[in-house]
Amino acid sequence: MTLHLGHFSAAVIFALFTSVVFGITHRENTRAMVRYGLYCFAVFLGGTILAGWAMWVLRR
Amino acid sequence: MANPTAKTRIDAAAPVNMMAVLAPAVGWLIPGAGHMIQKRWIRGVLLLISIATLFVLGLMMQGRIYKANGGDILDILGFIGDMGAGGLYIVTLAQDWGQGAIAFATADYGTKFMIVAGLLNFIAVADAYHIAIGKKQ
Repeated sequence: MTLHLGHFSAAVIFALFTSVVFGITHRENTRAMVRYGLYCFAVFLGGTILAGWAMWVLRR
Repeated sequence: MANPTAKTRIDAAAPVNMMAVLAPAVGWLIPGAGHMIQKRWIRGVLLLISIATLFVLGLMMQGRIYKANGGDILDILGFIGDMGAGGLYIVTLAQDWGQGAIAFATADYGTKFMIVAGLLNFIAVADAYHIAIGKKQ
């Protein structure tokens, strides 16, 4: 079975699962884990969008 | 005469118990299992879902699995990353999956997904060890 993901969908899936692991492993209590996981997810996605716009600007 | 300072230093070193060896080993073989055998069920299940899904999606995207005798330094680094996935990596090698498809641009993403899944499992293994020695709750 072959899966074809777009660039953005791949980035979202990557950010989601990586953030879950980072949240669990880098913080002590549940609340901090959730907060850190959400923070990582936002940084991953924000970084992706920023990098996309940066490439768009460079290309012009 | 015994040196009391030396004894204190030995006591202060990381305590070696059965769980400190078992949890990382089981956690490497099955992602999240190191947490589950220490009764951190939810964390263990979330780690298992996250790492296994990332690895399987990488395979489904026609990602390439690295083997031990890569030769090239980047292949060796890829192998180390892939190896972190433990049982998933062993099953993939045994079934001869993960041959990679150059035809798809996203196949390279698949390769990276599998490497990252392995690296994330290394972090999960270290976390399971920290729980086992009491450094983390």
